[in-house]
Amino acid sequence: MKKGETFIHPYIPNSVPETKRRMLEEVGAQSIEDFYADIPDNLRLHRKLDLPEPHTSEFELKKHVDSTLAKNITAAEYTSFLGAGCYQHHVPAVCDEINQRSEFLTAYAGEPYDDHGRFQALFEYTSLMGELLNMDVVNVPTYDGYQAAATAIRMAARITGRSEALVCRNINPGKLSKIRDYCQHEVDIIMVAYDNKTGLVDLQDLKEHISGETAAVYFENPAYLGQIETSGERISSLAHQNGAICITSLNPISLGVLKPPADYGADIACGDIQPLGMHMQYGGGQAGFIATRDEEKYVMEYPSRLFGIAPTIVEGEYGFGDVAYERTSFAIREKGKEWVGTAAALWGITAGVYLSLMGPAGMQEIGTGIMTRARYAMHELNHIDGVQIPFIDTPHFMEFVINFDGTGKTTADINKALLDYEIFAGVDLSLEYPDLGQSALYCFTEVHNRASIDRLVHALKEIVKK
Amino acid sequence: MGYYLAGFPEKSVREFTRLIRFSNVTAVNKVKLGFIVNPVAGIGGRVGLKGSDGSDIHLKALALGAVPRAGVRAAQALRKLELLKDSILVLTYPGEMGENIAASIGFDVKVLGAIKQGNTRATDTINAARIMLELDCDLILFAGGDGTARDIYNTVGQMVPVLGIPAGVKIHSAAFARNPSSAGEIAHQFLTSSQPSIRDAEVMDIDEALYREGTLSSRLYGYLRVPFIKRYLQGVKTAISPGEITALVDIASEVVISMKPDLLYLLAPGTTTRAVTTMLALEKTLLGVDVIKNRELLLSDANESQLLELLETQDGKIIVTPIGGQGFLFGRGNQQISPHVIRKIGTDNIRIISIPEKIFALQGQPLLVDTGDTSLDEELSGFKRVITGSGESIVYRVST
Amino acid sequence: MNQDITSKRYKYGKPKLRRFHQAKWDEPIIFELHTPGQRGVLPPPIEDEMLAKTGDVFAALPDEIRRDEPPALPEISQGQVQRHYLRLSQENLGADFNVDVGQGTCTMKYSPKINEHLARSPKMSALHPLQDVSAVQGILEVMYRLEGFLKSISGMDRFSMQPCAGSSAIYTNVSIIRAYHRARGQAEQRDEIITTIFSHPSNAACAKTAGYKVITLYPDKDGYPDIGALKSALSDRTAALMITNPEDTGIYNPRIREFVDLVHQAGGICSYDQANANGILGITRAREAGFDLCHFNLHKTFSTPHGCGGPGGGASGATEELARFLPVPVVSNDGGQYFLDYDLPDSIGKMTPFYGNAAVMLRAYAWIMSLGADGLREAAEIAVLNNNYLLDRMLKIRGVSAPYAEGKRRIEQVRYSWEKLTEETGVLSEQIGLRAADFGVHYWTSHHPFVVPEPCTLEPTESYSLRELDEYLSILSHVASEAYQDPEVVKTAPHNSTIHLVDHEPLDDPDQWATTWRAFRRKVSENSPG
Repeated sequence: MKKGETFIHPYIPNSVPETKRRMLEEVGAQSIEDFYADIPDNLRLHRKLDLPEPHTSEFELKKHVDSTLAKNITAAEYTSFLGAGCYQHHVPAVCDEINQRSEFLTAYAGEPYDDHGRFQALFEYTSLMGELLNMDVVNVPTYDGYQAAATAIRMAARITGRSEALVCRNINPGKLSKIRDYCQHEVDIIMVAYDNKTGLVDLQDLKEHISGETAAVYFENPAYLGQIETSGERISSLAHQNGAICITSLNPISLGVLKPPADYGADIACGDIQPLGMHMQYGGGQAGFIATRDEEKYVMEYPSRLFGIAPTIVEGEYGFGDVAYERTSFAIREKGKEWVGTAAALWGITAGVYLSLMGPAGMQEIGTGIMTRARYAMHELNHIDGVQIPFIDTPHFMEFVINFDGTGKTTADINKALLDYEIFAGVDLSLEYPDLGQSALYCFTEVHNRASIDRLVHALKEIVKK
Repeated sequence: MGYYLAGFPEKSVREFTRLIRFSNVTAVNKVKLGFIVNPVAGIGGRVGLKGSDGSDIHLKALALGAVPRAGVRAAQALRKLELLKDSILVLTYPGEMGENIAASIGFDVKVLGAIKQGNTRATDTINAARIMLELDCDLILFAGGDGTARDIYNTVGQMVPVLGIPAGVKIHSAAFARNPSSAGEIAHQFLTSSQPSIRDAEVMDIDEALYREGTLSSRLYGYLRVPFIKRYLQGVKTAISPGEITALVDIASEVVISMKPDLLYLLAPGTTTRAVTTMLALEKTLLGVDVIKNRELLLSDANESQLLELLETQDGKIIVTPIGGQGFLFGRGNQQISPHVIRKIGTDNIRIISIPEKIFALQGQPLLVDTGDTSLDEELSGFKRVITGSGESIVYRVST
Repeated sequence: MNQDITSKRYKYGKPKLRRFHQAKWDEPIIFELHTPGQRGVLPPPIEDEMLAKTGDVFAALPDEIRRDEPPALPEISQGQVQRHYLRLSQENLGADFNVDVGQGTCTMKYSPKINEHLARSPKMSALHPLQDVSAVQGILEVMYRLEGFLKSISGMDRFSMQPCAGSSAIYTNVSIIRAYHRARGQAEQRDEIITTIFSHPSNAACAKTAGYKVITLYPDKDGYPDIGALKSALSDRTAALMITNPEDTGIYNPRIREFVDLVHQAGGICSYDQANANGILGITRAREAGFDLCHFNLHKTFSTPHGCGGPGGGASGATEELARFLPVPVVSNDGGQYFLDYDLPDSIGKMTPFYGNAAVMLRAYAWIMSLGADGLREAAEIAVLNNNYLLDRMLKIRGVSAPYAEGKRRIEQVRYSWEKLTEETGVLSEQIGLRAADFGVHYWTSHHPFVVPEPCTLEPTESYSLRELDEYLSILSHVASEAYQDPEVVKTAPHNSTIHLVDHEPLDDPDQWATTWRAFRRKVSENSPG
């Protein structure tokens, strides 16, 4: 910036020249350059940064950003049947109300005194999740469901002292790549097949791969391709017989109607809470959870913060703090378990609000509603010529695979064509799962009604005819 | 109340931690606090005399007008416990050895033994400590110097937790708090905590008579069990943390895993090196140098000539850890590892191990070497790797 | 009435300290608000025609997977839920509410509200990440342009904003380091990463998590990482140096280029943790210092709100040589359209489910678009001016020192020490912080370990006015003098906060700790008499 140029901006109160001058005088400096004396000249940037001209007025800024965002078409304008890890649900207004409050939105790392509200809200989130999952320990959220799964596997390796993890192939390939990358130093990921008819874990193949080196058996419920795993009990028994830990990754919005993994023997439950009150935000609403029993050997392996309730010096007053803080990297740097940092706390608070609003009845109703819409869609779509539902006999939760091989068209073409009907079609699976041919993964939630599903069916019927 | 001393190969780290905790007083019984003031400590320094362990020096110092300082400092520390007076019974010695101070602050005091006022001696400290041990004290809080620490250690060993209020001219032992205030705070937390934290701390002592003749010779004397403070904020602890056990296991496994066959490993004295032998299910001499080969104990408490003899025909490595509050690597308790031994083994074959807390406690001051051979000391100085865990190390300055 | 009651606020022309008290609602845990039958929100019902075709969806579902009992969530009406959480929010001191200069290295600057409005627009929030790219040109343009801004600011060649926060970006960089050496066949050999004790703990922790041995350098007596120490740590086992500059002490290491060159000579690469970028925007860059990788925290330097601990945003930057390892996808433009580019064959893969926190990126984008090059430079300069003003005044408070670099200026933050005050009064740094909370401000000590004894790390940023800085200073000054005159008040603080001192003992005891309400209730009933 040229000497003598003034730049006053609403975000920079002391940019007022008189204030600057006064402050410089008070500290005995000639100019602000004095403060950069330690930076060698050859490292100084002797020109302006190459950035576009700013919109310093709020009105112009808003116009600029709004006009840029106007180029988006949203799932509120079109009908979307996309899922695959990010889900469209109704976000109750109170959820937005709470996570917009500046008190929560702009807080960070205050103490359990000045930030008591944050601690209590997050403790309540973990408590509500605990009821949903039937487990006593739940972490303060990590980044997302991928991280939760990868960390769960490493926790199992640390607890058992073993170095192999069995993962069923019916997993999101992106998630698998994250798990492989994250675990590569400590754990070998060994793939277990899924049954071609049901899409569920192939128990025989699992038996063949499990051994005394297995730290963890990991499976998802529902699976990436949407099927509800019914052999949870058998899988966890097999794991336990071999001294391994059973990890289940699940969708929390299903737990109003589906059994929580703890009830069929899972030792660690994990997943993503985005469905519980977070807008999709182009994938920016993700947050991961990890839950276990309240046993010291499990608790001590969490890298995340764990908030516990504690008494204060005043009788009857609730306070909160970190449980076993010593195990985290905040306390002991590289001696800590993995690491902990800024992740997704605000989404944890939001999920707590969501679960408080929904209550047991709401969770039952939404789970039932989702499964009913998916089932309805499955039947209707099955009647389209050339369209098949490969796993139609397996119970599904909210997503399922549709196969278009019989239509002679590629999924990509069909998806492009559906855009003309203002429909965002299900995820194209043909590259990730070549065995499934030209397929797609469609998702149905409570935001869909009969009319919108019928519109999809109608559109597809027309497209396959062409 | 019992103690569990080191020996953890069979047990998990967590069980071990639980074993070294001990249950504290219930609401019904009062806590028994042993309180010893060594009034002769700290006299000499002000009038230019070093240390005051020999009684004639003490009288000389008094004659020169030195004022006993230990009492003032002891009072400073004890005052921190004033709010707990209703639940503490102070066991102490008469008059200037503790009774005066404790009574004036308002504690419930039980006086043990008898002394000659104005002419107290080391034996008084020893007797006081012995009675406190017999009466099952929960903590002995003493004001004094290295000499006092030595005397108490000789009497109670590791059977009672002990904490020193610094009041001597020179404090080389690690069994002291940083200052009287801090000593009081630590005692307060220790006595009110349901999970008190204690660890081993070196007791060092300098031979006074030799010192006045101009020969500096100090040694590691033993280990007292000393409480330390946990600080809370968002569960935050200070650098001195109860993760110490985990750290010891971590370092020990790193050392053990890297042990090569047929090499001699000279383990210098120290709590951290002791963790290595414990991991191998071997005994470590508390104050001596032990030689390990192929994960077996080859020689216990070796002296210099034995080490040199072994090194005639075999290669080896020295595993050393900082001793005492000053952070000495060589020259304060492992003189068996003489300059000859070090040169024979090679300065490249020295591995320094330490829990991070010990390094932090140095507050930026370098680790020290004083082998007696100045050119060797120079070679040993500079930036050295300190192993602080499995796959973890620090680069720290070593100085003469 | 002619009395000027507002004058009571001032003494000798200066404002007196606020008679602050934080909201205290004594709010029960949400479960305690349960009343059977109440509903908070109703999901949309199933249409009869649909139900007629599907029948009971649970008929085909085996019992073993069916939930027997509904989850024991509380049943509460909507207004009560809202009221409960609003009350909790009042018991939280967001940066919007206080002169938040007390959270050093967190860069608690003003999060412009216009950016909140923009980020919450349905044109942002209702986008599914897997929508056809033709339907998301707007957000892709924002992401692409933001990357361009970060490239200009840092001089690096490519960025990925897929990491969702700082530590996530650090881990991404460690993964890239690993991939780089693996590609050259040196992954086995180069298994050591060097960092400094003042760096964020995640530098050491992420390296360890990825399988590296960690070597930590201690500062020399002036507070700089010691170059002699670095030289002794370098070898053919060195994979990388991960360093922050300026460090959390606020001290800029002028020999940084030498450091980087030494590491390169040893065959390693250098990663720059730019959590502390706020004071050097437009002043100096990662590129000219020779770095191969860097990362920014969007929720620090670029104003996006901290959210109680996320969601934030991390941006990993790389030189052309290392860009091929970045996580996929990156956002590219084929001359006409923006698209998600997966064509990085050497990529380390996916770090997160999608592309990072797009709404956070939008806020950062808007912030930069509001300020431009001049604005960023001004922000940096004023942040530094504010910091040096605080330094000047803090050193005048009894008991305070600023270890290292005595007499020198600092960049955007300072780590102070209260050691002298502690020695003279017995009051600890944390206690000073809690007493400061009685006047409505935050305070942070330091990362662990406390290399600087009794630490206090302040970072004013450019967002607070002179008046506000003076307020913060008068609070600390007041608390410091209380420590000397009436230490008990400070030691038993906070007094005006929502709750009183927490007894932390149960939180470390497996028999007592409870991270959920159900665990708590279970342990209470197990331990109660009779």
